[in-house]
Amino acid sequence: MVTPHRVLVCHETPCVARGAVGLHAAFRREIDRLGLDHVSLEISGCHGHGLCSQGPSVVVEPSGFFYNGIQPPDAEVIVREHLSGGRPVQHLFHRDPVTGRTAARYADVDFFRRQRRVALRNCGRINPEKIEHYVDRGGYGALQLVLSTMRPEDVIELVEDSGLRGRGGAGFPTGRKWRFARRSSSDVKYVVCNADEGNPGAFTDRSVLEGDPHAVVEGMIIAGYAVGARRGYLYIRAEYPLAVRRVQKAIEDARDKGFLGSDLLGSGFSFDLEIKEGAGAFVCGEETALLASIQSRRGMPRPRPPFPTDVGLGGKPTVINNVKTLAFVPVIVDRGPGWFSSLGTPQSAGTAVFALTGNIRYSGLVEVPMGTPLAEIIDIGGGIPDGRKVKAVHTGGPAGGSLPADRLDAPVDYEALQELGSTMGSGGMLVLDEDACMVDVARFFMDFACSESCGQCAPCRLGTGQMVRILTRIATGRGAREDLVLLREVADTVKHASLCGLGQTCSNPVLATLEYFKEEYLAHIREGKCPLGVCEVRASVRPGEQGREFQPGGLPAGGVGANLKGGCP
Amino acid sequence: MDKQGFGGPSEDGERTAWYERQIDWDAVGDRQESADYEEDIDWDAVEEKVDEIINEYDGDSGALIEVLHEVQELVGYLPQRVQVRVADRLGLSVSEVYSVVTFYSLFSLKPKGENHITVCKGTACYVRGAAQLIEELENQLGISVGDTTSDGKFSLEVVRCLGACGLGPVAMVNNEDVFARITVDQVSDMLQQYED
Ligand SMILES: Cc1cc2nc3c(=O)[nH]c(=O)nc-3n(C[C@H](O)[C@H](O)[C@H](O)COP(=O)(O)O)c2cc1C
Ligand code: FES
Repeated sequence: MVTPHRVLVCHETPCVARGAVGLHAAFRREIDRLGLDHVSLEISGCHGHGLCSQGPSVVVEPSGFFYNGIQPPDAEVIVREHLSGGRPVQHLFHRDPVTGRTAARYADVDFFRRQRRVALRNCGRINPEKIEHYVDRGGYGALQLVLSTMRPEDVIELVEDSGLRGRGGAGFPTGRKWRFARRSSSDVKYVVCNADEGNPGAFTDRSVLEGDPHAVVEGMIIAGYAVGARRGYLYIRAEYPLAVRRVQKAIEDARDKGFLGSDLLGSGFSFDLEIKEGAGAFVCGEETALLASIQSRRGMPRPRPPFPTDVGLGGKPTVINNVKTLAFVPVIVDRGPGWFSSLGTPQSAGTAVFALTGNIRYSGLVEVPMGTPLAEIIDIGGGIPDGRKVKAVHTGGPAGGSLPADRLDAPVDYEALQELGSTMGSGGMLVLDEDACMVDVARFFMDFACSESCGQCAPCRLGTGQMVRILTRIATGRGAREDLVLLREVADTVKHASLCGLGQTCSNPVLATLEYFKEEYLAHIREGKCPLGVCEVRASVRPGEQGREFQPGGLPAGGVGANLKGGCP
Repeated sequence: MDKQGFGGPSEDGERTAWYERQIDWDAVGDRQESADYEEDIDWDAVEEKVDEIINEYDGDSGALIEVLHEVQELVGYLPQRVQVRVADRLGLSVSEVYSVVTFYSLFSLKPKGENHITVCKGTACYVRGAAQLIEELENQLGISVGDTTSDGKFSLEVVRCLGACGLGPVAMVNNEDVFARITVDQVSDMLQQYED
């Protein structure tokens, strides 16, 4: 008998942009024409080699042969030679654009070899729309183990022991959060997966949802069992229609197999899931705003405490976790808490997932053990193209900071990054080369924060606008030295006086650039222009009209609240 | 501007009442004109469908966002009249519905163009020149972000990260056609493809 082969054609945005759909059709035609029964053709999530800019990419399992950047005619050759004839087609293997080396197999690609894929364990290796593929790789085994051998308290203890911390940004210990919710006495409790991923330039959560939706579903069921919830919601941003579709399919398939519904696997425990879609508002990633949005209200955060583990959805105790946090849970059950904690640093266990972007050779998903130095991640990404030098690395998006080249020995670790004035964030890592202007970077993030502020509290509503004004003044060469004092003052005020995390963290990009790149600010002021010529062009775009601030109909996102801001400049 | 009936001629000979002098009547006129696109709407049919959608959710006001998504899918945007209907059927006040519609950027008070262009302005695309790209599109189309051309052919919107960061800057037309690594010089070619 011939070994069954599985051809996985990536169907993520970058590969689709480069012709994955036509390629898939070409494979289909040729496989059908030759009547190859032993070959199944599948779509997959991102194979995640970080080679997205060279797609479309195709992996042939079981051996993991890796073809990249191929065209429909190449598909015919591969079907004929490799799938039918058993002779892999060497000249179509992935070739590293820099070293010129070919990598025959998935696992040989440098970018991939140097990673440790835990949250991304299945991404690109299975067809996310087929529950059997997930089960084949051990999926839902953790759930069965939990339901048949563990008490809820045991699960919580296990997650505590693993050292798992929230991947949504704040890094709160997941086991402790679950314990709080378990202790809250209430007949009704909820589990919510935060899949709002509003950070502009991060797509890690999306990749997990699209590439391995069952991992998140399984994690949520286990969370529900641990805290005593019978119902869960996935709050997915509406800009991710494919993720919504895949998760919906996953929920239905899990129901069919008895992993969701009543009396799961005969345990007496019942649990079901529902998707709620967002409608385009960054602040809805903040947990209390998210709860309001799930209930179809304006996404306005409220002061905490009470925390959602006491007063959440409909006033009931609610656990809110990030997509990746939940995707880790089944592996932790499978492989044990000790295994997970041994992967990271004493304070930050496990692995970190980043969407590596910017001036980097290979943009894409990188997953490495916590504690890995930033410089090494850049190295995995192939370094900076065109022989230029790295100037800064920005993590944490609008809540994070840019670290200069001489701090890139810093390990990815919640506390270490925080001490340096940055933050882990929830997955974006932007690499900037010498041509980047740091004032422009600060202005970009502040402009974002300003347009996404919900407008409820004065420091954030007014302060973000003031900071954009000052930054624009400096960027366009009209700044004075006093502006720097004023900027820091406003930044500190917004940081300490705002109601929610958006305001409390949005000063970070400004404060970090003032700390590490003050000379650049001074140069703008001294020379009366942007020394690199970057700001002129960008600041001339009417800042108020960048981003989605302006709705058709003239209302800014954030709507009436945002109007009260006196408008982002 | 003849506004008889609104108070007699004032001493300086103007016929407008004092409280109306502030009003920019031309602009008000424009507003009415801009609602031309509403004339073609078969309101009865729309309202019937809106009711159907709401019935699917059992008239649950907690499903307002879902209902609005579906209604916008149906009509293309959320005209005032539809918001009133939704409010009525869900037992909410119109201001509650309006407050939600205007809070979320995906809800639109105006129809989109035949060809809807979304440009990514996530970090990766920004550092590779998305702002210049947006400016060029605005110039060539003669509209600003969030608007629709007067012939209804194009509308322009900015989003944050399409997940194709390695290919930035990225633009997408009608949520299907992806334009990768697009430069300012390529904008007119790109638009040309959708001209007729
Ligand atoms: C403005 C703002 C935006 C946020 N956006 C997200 C987000 O997109 N995804 C996410 O998981 N957490 C986000 N968070 C963090 C959540 O409030 C919350 O801490 C997190 O979902 C908890 O899950 P975790 O413990 O698994 O990290 C955001 C917080 C703030 C203040
Ligand atoms: S920043 Fe544009 S696609 Fe990610």
